[in-house]
Amino acid sequence: MSEAELDLRDLPVEEIEDPAEALALGRPAPRVTVIKPATGWPTFDVRELWAYRELALRLVWRDIMVRYKQTVIGVAWVLFQPAVTTLIYALVYGKFAKFPAGQLPYPLLALSGLIPAQYFQAALTRSSGSIVSNVNLVTKVYFPRVLMPISAVIGPLVDLAFACVLLVAVMAWYGIWPESPVVVLAPLFILLSLVTALGTGLFLSAVNVRFRDVPYVIPLFMQILPLVSGVPYDVSELPEKWQWLLYANPLTAVIAGWRWTVLNAAAPDPAKLAVSLGVAALLVTVGLAFFRRSEPKFADAI
Amino acid sequence: MGAAAITAEGLAKRYRIGEQRAAYGTLRDSIAASAHRLLQRDGLRRHHAREEIWALQDVTFSVGESEVLGVIGRNGAGKSTLLKILTRITTPTSGRAEIRGRVGSLLEVGTGFHPELTGRENIFLNGAILGMRRQEILSRFSEIVAFSGIEKFIDTPVKRYSSGMYVRLAFSVAAHFEPEVLLVDEVLAVGDAEFQQRCLGRMEDLSSEGRTVVFVSHSMPAVARLCDRAILLDGGRIVRDGPSEDVVAHYLQHAHGTGSLRMWSDVASAPGNDRAKLRCVRVVTEDGALVENADVRRPVGIEIAFTLLRPTAVVPKIKVTDPQGDVCFNAIDTDSRWDDPSPAGDHTATAWIPANLLNEGLYTVDVDVASLEAGRFAVHARMRDAVSFHVLDPAEGDSAKGGFVGNWRGSVRPLLDWTYERG
Repeated sequence: MSEAELDLRDLPVEEIEDPAEALALGRPAPRVTVIKPATGWPTFDVRELWAYRELALRLVWRDIMVRYKQTVIGVAWVLFQPAVTTLIYALVYGKFAKFPAGQLPYPLLALSGLIPAQYFQAALTRSSGSIVSNVNLVTKVYFPRVLMPISAVIGPLVDLAFACVLLVAVMAWYGIWPESPVVVLAPLFILLSLVTALGTGLFLSAVNVRFRDVPYVIPLFMQILPLVSGVPYDVSELPEKWQWLLYANPLTAVIAGWRWTVLNAAAPDPAKLAVSLGVAALLVTVGLAFFRRSEPKFADAI
Repeated sequence: MGAAAITAEGLAKRYRIGEQRAAYGTLRDSIAASAHRLLQRDGLRRHHAREEIWALQDVTFSVGESEVLGVIGRNGAGKSTLLKILTRITTPTSGRAEIRGRVGSLLEVGTGFHPELTGRENIFLNGAILGMRRQEILSRFSEIVAFSGIEKFIDTPVKRYSSGMYVRLAFSVAAHFEPEVLLVDEVLAVGDAEFQQRCLGRMEDLSSEGRTVVFVSHSMPAVARLCDRAILLDGGRIVRDGPSEDVVAHYLQHAHGTGSLRMWSDVASAPGNDRAKLRCVRVVTEDGALVENADVRRPVGIEIAFTLLRPTAVVPKIKVTDPQGDVCFNAIDTDSRWDDPSPAGDHTATAWIPANLLNEGLYTVDVDVASLEAGRFAVHARMRDAVSFHVLDPAEGDSAKGGFVGNWRGSVRPLLDWTYERG
């Protein structure tokens, strides 16, 4: 052994490592967990979140496993719900009420709107209840609480994927296939839906810890939501001023964008799309800030 | 002992009562309460002052690397709050703490277990929740399963498990979790006897491996045995910090008002009527020494010294209350010496409680000097909670618990004679 090697070994090892990451990774290296009072507006620690990614994925995995184990015909329910709703919409709104469908066959219009709306509904319902429904975790073990609403909006993507199979089947029936390369943008609109659901879900999950009214409010909200986001009609056929108002709801952009990229409908107006994106960004910022602000009190208040 | 693994400086936690109890309501309740408060403006301030409690105040301590620290205290002393702060489940109101090394907490086994998932799936889920990496779980998976002894049911949903199987699997995951700093609540020790023993055994293993452990417990014998050092919390403050035997002894002696000696020097104020007065009550060992902490394997004497003011037929009587506050037994001296009136003057009678009868914990004794008249007691002198003493088990394996070290339930704990036949 040379002297140089000895010197190296004798140097005090000051490993600079993120404590949270080391905590989650279990590396045998010195790290320090600092416990201090919650300050006014806590920062959003992305690195800590990254360190806990395995737990986040495990929570998503749990939700999916449980969802498909508990029901006898698990996947069939995911197809059944939009299929039946599409039939009802086609009959009531399409045939009797003659809602404006643009260029699309009405059932395809309805189904293409229902699928993102159904995802949004599942994501919002689950994320808003995520803290309260994981009460045993919140009071017994530490991890960034934000993982719960986040994993809750990821799980329903599996349902969405299955529902897309139904959409493809109906598209095949009408012989309508994506004709433009913009189809690659379709997942971005689902992402917009996810972000909107997450922003709202972060806010509501924190509110739900204090006020258990949230589960009662959501179904009511969900009744109205499809009607104000263009599920049973084509938004671009409405008067201009109404369109601006509807685009304040990001789900309107999600559905219009989905029809544009997948079903060759007219592209949404970029200015109106920007309104939706702005609202979604605002929702997720406010939701996250409110959530982080409430987070230190969860274990005491739940 | 190396550098401090845990340092806590001035930790404090304030709860508003409303946050603890009736923690959530509906929006309607909240609006109603706000409206109510608005209507009674001056009530507002008083309301706030009264609803705050400090669960923890100015808690400063440090735990050295590979040290095992016990945290003891009465219910509500702040033990659980301290543990919740150290595990980051809740934040302190003020103060600061630092923990060096990977932290693991066991406030409960099987946290996050999902009944619909199989044993295998729950091992991965629970492991991830405890903070184990997937690689770590994979590498120990077969050990975890073997330790739990439920190999055959590993792919069965845990909702079909017996509670014993469930706990064994849950504990097995926890036991293979090896953080550098382990924070344990004694809630863990709830379960069957075997399970408790395994928990404590596992803690001993961890500490002998040089891990730092903070152990919150009600079990004085367990703390005295497992911990190097202990801190005693009372009213949210540390009132004692030192070697665990000393702190446990201090707690046992001062946690309750009565001790093992009660004397009345002034006859006028001593309990009793115009026939009998109590002079002194003591808890003693076989050799007559006063004892606060009685060894469960030795007899304990309750010595009652009283004065008869005139000749009276009396009998001494004791009532022993167990640690749960239930009457454990009543006893009188049935010897014929008390049949005839006893002469005036001083008398001393001692009731001997046999070895290996009482369980561990604090027993309190009520003392009477009474006359038996037509099948009923007429009490001349009575002192409720006259004395108290703790029964301790040194856990050397020769008491009724054998080698078991956990909480042994029951008001009494006799060492029975067993017979045995083969076949």
